[in-house]
Amino acid sequence: MAELTYIQAISEGLRQEMRRDPRVFVMGEDVGVYGGAFKVTLGFQEEFGPWRVIDTPLSETAIMGGATGAALMGMRPVAEMQFADFVSCAWDHLITVAAKQFFRAHTPVPFVLRLPSGGGFSGGPFHSQNPESSFAHIPGLKVVCPATPQDAKGLLATAIEDPNPVLYFEHKHLYRRIKGDVPEERFTIPFGQARVHRPGDDAVVVTWGAMVYTATEAAQQLAADGFEAEVLDLRTLIPWDKERVLESVRRTSKVLVLHEDTRTGGFGAEIAATIAEEAFEDLDAPVMRVAAPDTPVPFSPPLEKAFIPQVEDVLSALRNLAEY
Amino acid sequence: MAVREAEPVGSLQEVKEAGLDREDLLGIFRNMLITRGIEERGHILYKQGKIPGSFYTGRGNEAAAVGVGAAMGPNDVGTPLHRDMGVHITRGVEPWRILAQYMGRADGPTRGRDGNVHMAVPELGLHPMVSHLPAMLPVATGMALAFKIRGDQRVAVGWFGEGSAGRGDAHEAMNLAGVRRLPIVFVCDNNQWAYSTPTYLSYPVEHIADRASAYGFEGVVIDGTDVLAVYREARRAIEKARAGGGPTLLECLTLRMEGHAVHDDAFYVPKEMFEQWAASDPIERFRTWLHEHADLTEDEEDGITASVKRLLNDALERADQSPLPDPAGLEDGVFASPEDLDTPHHK
Repeated sequence: MAELTYIQAISEGLRQEMRRDPRVFVMGEDVGVYGGAFKVTLGFQEEFGPWRVIDTPLSETAIMGGATGAALMGMRPVAEMQFADFVSCAWDHLITVAAKQFFRAHTPVPFVLRLPSGGGFSGGPFHSQNPESSFAHIPGLKVVCPATPQDAKGLLATAIEDPNPVLYFEHKHLYRRIKGDVPEERFTIPFGQARVHRPGDDAVVVTWGAMVYTATEAAQQLAADGFEAEVLDLRTLIPWDKERVLESVRRTSKVLVLHEDTRTGGFGAEIAATIAEEAFEDLDAPVMRVAAPDTPVPFSPPLEKAFIPQVEDVLSALRNLAEY
Repeated sequence: MAVREAEPVGSLQEVKEAGLDREDLLGIFRNMLITRGIEERGHILYKQGKIPGSFYTGRGNEAAAVGVGAAMGPNDVGTPLHRDMGVHITRGVEPWRILAQYMGRADGPTRGRDGNVHMAVPELGLHPMVSHLPAMLPVATGMALAFKIRGDQRVAVGWFGEGSAGRGDAHEAMNLAGVRRLPIVFVCDNNQWAYSTPTYLSYPVEHIADRASAYGFEGVVIDGTDVLAVYREARRAIEKARAGGGPTLLECLTLRMEGHAVHDDAFYVPKEMFEQWAASDPIERFRTWLHEHADLTEDEEDGITASVKRLLNDALERADQSPLPDPAGLEDGVFASPEDLDTPHHK
């Protein structure tokens, strides 16, 4: 075990995969000489050479299409969008070609797309978004959102092994803020298995990404009142661990769904609808949601703070649940 | 680097120098007949109500498609489009499977999950198009990137049209391929009409091939009704790419001899234009050449025509026997399993 930051865990994991499998290569904007905008691939070009750590032109569609083509030819590309927000430029390719390729042609497209996502540092409307729900809606794509250094490394290895296009959302606000013990050897974490980040039997907060920490802080504050909320980290949205969520619902009877993405049509709505369909009789209170309001991500600190769900927002929702 | 206009191919000697013997020539002729024959049978099936949705053909593009297909090496790959049936035929896709695809049957290459020429047999080095042209150009570029990374002696061929040349995908793909000098050949089927949009509303320069110089590689304009000229230029470009010489942009000039799809009578195309291009019908043109330069006899031609007719009649019968897909399997195959990676084209 070594204590690593979240970003170190991603970097270590990726390096380990590239050492292990010559088919794995990295492509994206400024990933080579510069080492990536966030330095995830710092030093990679020195170790693996310019043809396995490929600096591309500013061309998201060519990056994405290129990853698909190389994957079809037996490679294991790990492509990077410099910011998750820029994936809109490659949306057509992901949705039109990559997601539908196996269904139509029966040829797998094993690539990973790394997407530095999330807000919290005045990135503004184009450097802060959490677009995971949009992709969770597209059949054929897998969606991964690690919250801890250990998950970041283990889920990356699983993503690279997976025979499908995998969107790997890495939350920028966790990069250097979050540390944890990570096994030095290679390991994988299966997709579709939620993880209890904090145990509790009085309510469950279903969440992922940076919101795991917001939820945990709120739950810890409430513990002083004798109310113990479980924080359940989904870790992957496609596939998502429906059974584990329903188990928590049945045990606690009170659910809060929490995400940093905007509210309407967010993945939380899918979770809430599933709970309503399959565990209605087990509920003691309506399923509640805390999410960002339906606006673009604002720039100025007080506006951004009002946008991103805060500990107080979660506390207020949990107190509301506690009263049922 | 100015665009080059390819000379026509004249003698049998020139053809031999380009790498084709007489048997190859007859094979090309046969593949052009099969290509047109399949699409003519498609029209009949459509009128019989056996083809759901719409129906697209590449009439007038047979030489451009078969010529490039014939120039590809056995391990080369490509992403042909809806006017490029000849590429599928040349690479060896069985005609009955194409007809089954048209009819949405279980034995079509997409097993009823997609229609029309949205199909390919990956074991033959082809990967299926999508409707969003030219989305497959970046994909073909990625295939070429894989070859370059591994040092494979393989080449990717990516197709687009003069209409889809207007989209950014074409630019991004050619720019990346140029920057990295990837082993790829870009083929523009310039059939002069993007649905109803004429060339002067699609691009403001004389040739699509003019763009190649902006990406640092050669552009060649070819008479797309001359199968031998197409073959010679495609072969040259493919072998150049294989030898490390980087990309080439080939522009094959043709006329789309039918509407955009079966519902479209192409009223917007001037009648004189159809008449002019009908006079250089690619199949008729090659047939005449074979008689004049390769001693094709009437008996030989009749033999080829009869064998194609038999092939297509049998194909029709077999395709019609193919079952419709079982709706119970609809949700299968959205995601691949690890064992799906264990296929030859994925190595």
